[in-house]
Amino acid sequence: MEAGIVTTAPALVRFSGIQKTYDGEHLVVKNLDLDIRKGEFVTLLGPSGSGKTTTLMMLAGFEVPTQGEIYIADRPIKNMPPHKRDIGMVFQNYALFPHLTIEENVAFPLSVRKTSKAETQERVKAALRMIKMETLAQRRPGQLSGGQQQRVALARALVFNPQLVLMDEPLGALDKRLREQMQLEIKQLHETMGITVVYVTHDQSEALTMSDRIAVFNDGIVQQIDRPDALYERPVNSFVANFVGENNVLSGTVETIDKDYCRVALKAGGTVMARAVNISGAGAATSLSVRPERIAIVPDGASSDGPNRLPAKVQNTIYLGDHALAVLDVAGNSEFMVKLQPGLLDSLSHGESVFITFRPEDCLALDPV
Amino acid sequence: MTAASFTGAGAETEVPLKRRLKRAERARQLKAFALVGPLLLFLLFTFAGPIAGMLWHAVDDREVRQVLPQTVVALANWDGKELPDEKTYAALAGDIQAARDAGTIAIAAKRLNYAQNGFRTILTSTARNLKAMPGPGTAKETLGKINAAWRDRATWTTIKRASGPVTSFYLLGALDLVRNADGAIVAAPPDQAIYREVFARTFLISLGVTVLCLILGFPVAYLLATLPPGRSNLLMIFVLLPFWTSLLVRTCAWIVLLQSKGVVNDSLRWLGIIDEPLRLIYNRFGVCVAMTHVLLPFMILPLYSSMKAISPAYMRAAASLGASPVTAFLRIYLPQTLPGIGAGSLLVFILALGYYITPALVGGAADQMISYFIALYTTETANWGLASALGAVLLLATVLLALVYGKLVQGQQVTGGMKN
Repeated sequence: MEAGIVTTAPALVRFSGIQKTYDGEHLVVKNLDLDIRKGEFVTLLGPSGSGKTTTLMMLAGFEVPTQGEIYIADRPIKNMPPHKRDIGMVFQNYALFPHLTIEENVAFPLSVRKTSKAETQERVKAALRMIKMETLAQRRPGQLSGGQQQRVALARALVFNPQLVLMDEPLGALDKRLREQMQLEIKQLHETMGITVVYVTHDQSEALTMSDRIAVFNDGIVQQIDRPDALYERPVNSFVANFVGENNVLSGTVETIDKDYCRVALKAGGTVMARAVNISGAGAATSLSVRPERIAIVPDGASSDGPNRLPAKVQNTIYLGDHALAVLDVAGNSEFMVKLQPGLLDSLSHGESVFITFRPEDCLALDPV
Repeated sequence: MTAASFTGAGAETEVPLKRRLKRAERARQLKAFALVGPLLLFLLFTFAGPIAGMLWHAVDDREVRQVLPQTVVALANWDGKELPDEKTYAALAGDIQAARDAGTIAIAAKRLNYAQNGFRTILTSTARNLKAMPGPGTAKETLGKINAAWRDRATWTTIKRASGPVTSFYLLGALDLVRNADGAIVAAPPDQAIYREVFARTFLISLGVTVLCLILGFPVAYLLATLPPGRSNLLMIFVLLPFWTSLLVRTCAWIVLLQSKGVVNDSLRWLGIIDEPLRLIYNRFGVCVAMTHVLLPFMILPLYSSMKAISPAYMRAAASLGASPVTAFLRIYLPQTLPGIGAGSLLVFILALGYYITPALVGGAADQMISYFIALYTTETANWGLASALGAVLLLATVLLALVYGKLVQGQQVTGGMKN
């Protein structure tokens, strides 16, 4: 890079017009443009087959983009072999070398870089201390639990101070409790070391917990890239609304649009006011999205104000400890979820007719599913 | 059992846990035993039995003791420093006469002839001339007159040594060793010392074939393990094809290919690379080529199975950590294939050690391996003692090698951290 050139994007990683196909017929990744800033924790979130892992593999150098270019620190890397990219990677199944001890595993990236013996020793020790596994240095990977192996894999990917760390569903093989603990540990490592992380997962709660920004993938396209709260509060389309967090869908037709809001006639009858987010105009079909915790249940006959008041029938109630769910039949959707305080459960009986209300700003009019 | 009696209270209802466990497991153990039983019996009859028989034949030495029983008894107390006493001579004369009548003299003659060339003549001529016993004079004088060998201390030493019931004669012989007249173990005379060279040749050819198999088999196994399933299955059929063809057919095919007017020589001459046909067969080259061809699958299959277990993620991990492809191969891939290399090499080496038909058909006289001599002594000269001794030495060497190999791999037992 020449001095004096002003770079328009202060991004560490830049995907520019990336396309990828394996069979020459279907594009697994369709025209991807994505910037990742230095020090950022970016998660690629999506269902399997959405192109998120392919994207990661192209960044790591194990797959070559069919079209487009990837830049790291403004240097094109499409034709750079993986071992020269200076990227640490953590794999789903850890990929610790089974014939080497923990210490040798962690020292591997240093020894291939011909780091001096004293420095290697020091850095390996520091890395093992960081993951609190100094005492297990002489063990082999097969003798460790899944969580311990994942920690070693982390230490191994970080010990050589790579400019970028990639993680490919690293916690997929762990049980729930350990997974949540590791999420916090990884998050903490990211914050204390200031590393740039690209993380791939299909678990939306994992993505929400850890990320600075989340890129939601579907069908080879980034649907939305945003902060976790923005993603949850302001999904740009139905896919994101459904994939990130719990969501209730009601389908209808837009009647009128008034600035940011619109009036929607539900298929099953009745109208609601909703925020116009992703609709093509009056008369278009739309899917309404309402989060379960933004809905109130009011008894039949009780008066309430607000424009959005729909009749519902209680189908089922589920007790979940810290909260409870009421499954209702609302406007043809028989799996309409409402999140409740557990104490309110007793007031609902199966088959009972009730009303639900929600604020117009909590109801998003999105593209039809 | 005793532990239960110490537990005191409640002991009357208490059947010891160990015994209860045993009782509960018994049915399962019996079932397991019944399942392996037939094979166990089969192996006992066809494998353990013959091997024990072979080992026994290598030291068994009862021919002389059966044919010349009184002589053997009389010689038991002979110190070997001077000629035996008159009683021994008389015993021998009696034994020979009895053996001649029973027609068993040839059995002892054959055995004693192994130990001392020409003993057959001594014994048969004595038997022929010993009609008039007891004749005039002592047995000592009579026998001495019939054959001067009976006045030689060495003749008697030979009989005493061969009087059994067990002997180290064959085993020593298999290692080119003999006992001299004083009973010390010394090297056999050069014209009889051939087995050490044959053993060395056997091990050398086996080693060469093993190395060739490894060099040729490793890339194939790698390809098999990394190709997509459809193509790797096709390739696997080509690897296994030799398994479905008779060993004899394959060996003969090499004769067709390699002989001086064979396909290879003709092609080379047609291409103008050579003028005179190369000598490709009935020498060491032919033996190595044919044996490598036959044994290659035994190397490829263990290599393949060890490589198949290596997840491609390891190589990716190594690359992402900064290892060039060569470094990743040498430091990550190769070490993980070591168990496969060891198993394949051991398999090929041990199989090669026992090869008989292939060297016999495509090898020259100087390329015959130990099995050829074992077969020779078993079927041609019926010297079962020496055949068994050669077999025993081969078996021992093989077992030792296998143990060394076991020790070597034990230290580097690899437990995979990868579950897929």
